[in-house]
Amino acid sequence: MHDLSHIGPRNIMRIGSVYISETVFFGLIVAAVLIALCLWMAHGLQKVPKGKQVIAELIVKSVYDLVTGSMGKHCEKFAPYMGTLFMFLILGNMLGLFGFRPTTADVNMTFALAGTTFLMIQYNGFKTMGFVGKIKHMCDPLPIMFPLKIIEEISFPISLGFRLFGNILGGVIIMALVFNGLEWLSEIVLGSIPFIGKLPWLQAVIPLPVNFFFDIFEPVLQAFIFTMLTMVFVSMAVVSHEEHEH
Amino acid sequence: MPLVTPIAFVAGLSALAASFTMIAAVGIGIGQGFTAGKAVEGVARQPEAQGDILRTMLVGQAVAETTGIFAFIISIVLLFVNPFLDRIG
Repeated sequence: MHDLSHIGPRNIMRIGSVYISETVFFGLIVAAVLIALCLWMAHGLQKVPKGKQVIAELIVKSVYDLVTGSMGKHCEKFAPYMGTLFMFLILGNMLGLFGFRPTTADVNMTFALAGTTFLMIQYNGFKTMGFVGKIKHMCDPLPIMFPLKIIEEISFPISLGFRLFGNILGGVIIMALVFNGLEWLSEIVLGSIPFIGKLPWLQAVIPLPVNFFFDIFEPVLQAFIFTMLTMVFVSMAVVSHEEHEH
Repeated sequence: MPLVTPIAFVAGLSALAASFTMIAAVGIGIGQGFTAGKAVEGVARQPEAQGDILRTMLVGQAVAETTGIFAFIISIVLLFVNPFLDRIG
């Protein structure tokens, strides 16, 4: 993973003429882990929660609170998607902690997620406002604003996808730099001793703060920001309709 | 034989361009620091609204970060998947 000469995702498998890259492979693993966790936590639900059910209810309740708090009560139906997105992004960003390549350090993954957000925004906008209403909303102050509004709507998913990608890829590169530098330093310090010299012993404890920042803090923050921006823009597509009616 | 080969010339100028691109980070630093300062003022005035202020601050900083991320991606492209090196063969 800590290889600076090849920072893109590798193809690790081949089925027929289809290559499976690291991103797809680990993305599927993360999805499988999430499904297994979900099934295990939701197994044998009781009226009075106990044990793992308490944690499951806490997670679900906090997601619903966040969604209703920032999108409004009428947008509660979006909570399952937002919660899933949040969990998937956290786990996908945190893969660097286990020594794998984070799935979101690939522009294909982030653009797929941003495209989903874009489709959600457009679908809800057209559904709540109608085709004419949406066009009218886009020509709102003056009809000359119409091209600008189109650029705004298209640039949102691009910036959303690139933001997540850039943050996580930056973390990956900085981690690779730190590990390569420590390997080089440990060869300088103890390189003359026959067997221990080849061991990158400085990589043991020193990268922990960097690891903490780029593999724990930043993933949670970026997942939160991605989910939060999705929520804000979807709720804007829904809310502007209600202002329209009044 | 020329003093500088075309590949070395393009690679060197690309490295320079990659470093110049990241000047965009200056603006982000100023913007994010300003946002954090205003958030501290808000928390000092209303300590009970700390959660909301923190959440809004993080989202605002993330949006302000976008231009820097674009600059970062341009410099990554220049350093690792340089399009000009392919063109000169």
